[in-house]
Amino acid sequence: MRHIGIIFKRELASYFNNPLAYVLVIIFSILSMGLTFVIGKFLDLNDASLTSFFWFHPWIYMIFGPAIGMRLWAEENRMGTTELLLTMPISAWQAIVGKFLAACVVLAAALASTLPIVYTVYHLGNPDGAMIFSGYLGSFLIGAATIAITCAISALTRSQISCLLISVVICFILVLAGFPSVTDFLRPTMPWLADLGNSISFWWHQSEMARGLVRLQSLVYLITLSVFSLFLTSVIIRSKRA
Amino acid sequence: MIEITSLSKHFGPKVAVDNLSLTVQKGQVLGFLGPNGAGKSTTMRMITGYLPPTAGAITIGGVDMLDDPNQAKAKIGYLPESAPLYADMTVEGFLAFAAALRGLNGSAKKAAVDKAISTCFLEKVRAQSIDTLSKGYRHRTCLAQAIIHDPEVLILDEPTDGLDPNQKDVVRNLIKEMGKTKAIIFSTHILEEVEACCTRAVIIDQGRVVADGTPDELKRRALRAGSVHVKISGQGSQALAADLGKLGHAARVENPATSGDTFTATVFPKSKTAISALSTEIYELCRQRSLLLQELHEEPGRLDDMFRELTSQNKV
Repeated sequence: MRHIGIIFKRELASYFNNPLAYVLVIIFSILSMGLTFVIGKFLDLNDASLTSFFWFHPWIYMIFGPAIGMRLWAEENRMGTTELLLTMPISAWQAIVGKFLAACVVLAAALASTLPIVYTVYHLGNPDGAMIFSGYLGSFLIGAATIAITCAISALTRSQISCLLISVVICFILVLAGFPSVTDFLRPTMPWLADLGNSISFWWHQSEMARGLVRLQSLVYLITLSVFSLFLTSVIIRSKRA
Repeated sequence: MIEITSLSKHFGPKVAVDNLSLTVQKGQVLGFLGPNGAGKSTTMRMITGYLPPTAGAITIGGVDMLDDPNQAKAKIGYLPESAPLYADMTVEGFLAFAAALRGLNGSAKKAAVDKAISTCFLEKVRAQSIDTLSKGYRHRTCLAQAIIHDPEVLILDEPTDGLDPNQKDVVRNLIKEMGKTKAIIFSTHILEEVEACCTRAVIIDQGRVVADGTPDELKRRALRAGSVHVKISGQGSQALAADLGKLGHAARVENPATSGDTFTATVFPKSKTAISALSTEIYELCRQRSLLLQELHEEPGRLDDMFRELTSQNKV
């Protein structure tokens, strides 16, 4: 635990010693709220809920998650510090978890920066607090999953840009798989594939949770995806040394 | 302190380290030599637990690296080849991070950081960001990281690479000093360095140990060691090569060269014990012919000759 804390602190300091984290948080904030007001027509809906706000999150995470996570291991690989870190008396998973948690703090900061919109709906009407909470929970879990996936890709390469591109593609597929235009196209001929698309899609889980439907299936899927990706990271790190 | 038994490492079909065994005691500074690609860095990476060996065992201070890596790693300080560092940290911040990972905290951590900073002469840059440091300072910062927990074992991969002559000297003295109480393995391409600070030298080639001994022992094993170098001047010195070869204790004459009326050559005795007899014969020969014997000395042998002789086989 202590070692995870040391890695976590260093990684977090490294995020916030750098303009990147601030820029990402600000971009997330502007995009998520801006899209809600402009494209989501938040005020015209006359609905005191954040459904339209959360609707955009998976699309933003598709790029935001990889942008936060791309440096986690790619930078270590490029600088050669992996060798330094892994010859310290710690195990690889402690380093992986410490780094992942630091990236999750950046994600949490980004979500916290959107609190003005929560204030706005409370000001305008009488929203369902539990629904807003479940929307944020879903959003956080999806963001964490995109970071974990990026973490695994990051361990493979020393180039942050290639990590970003590959991770965006993977996350894009995972968002799109449950998007209505895709599932509607598949359902008449291959209904099982449409169901599969829904169950792996960030978009589907997010829209369910934004409506206040917290299914065990969603929680298990999103958490398992993160844990599996972190496990994959450790396998990649180990196999690169063998 | 360091025990390596039948260590091998294969990368696919390529054999990087081949059945290598080595023991280093406390108080020994072992110079690890070999041409590029001989397997030095790979061996060091296995000793420090970074690369898993294909076969063989590594024991650090009685702890098996494969069975209990964290315990074994805790006993080692490691300076990797390119001296990698976190560029976004300050020297002090980085050393505090390394100390924390080594299990130090509170005042013990602060004391360890201060000591490492003064040992490696980093006072001037302690609050500076690492990405603004010159190469020499970066190298010493990484070295400071390696000694921060006062380890029993130090593994240093080319610790003087890229340093200026003054800095090299500082690092060599540091290694020599620390070698009194620790077991140290360091790799280098610079052979004088081995003579200057090692108690023992090991030469590896193609993943195998080809020589192991004190620097003096290795020097004596060089082919030229024990030969007699002469410089003779005077009328008729040009024709000496054949005559020197005919002397009773001479085996052969190599590198004969003349410039003006000065003649130089290396004369090999028939056996290494016949050097003084051979020297007397050469002196007598010069006296009889009224030639001036300007120089006559025994070649002590050179480490770089030894290195070349052992590692240039099978090379294009």
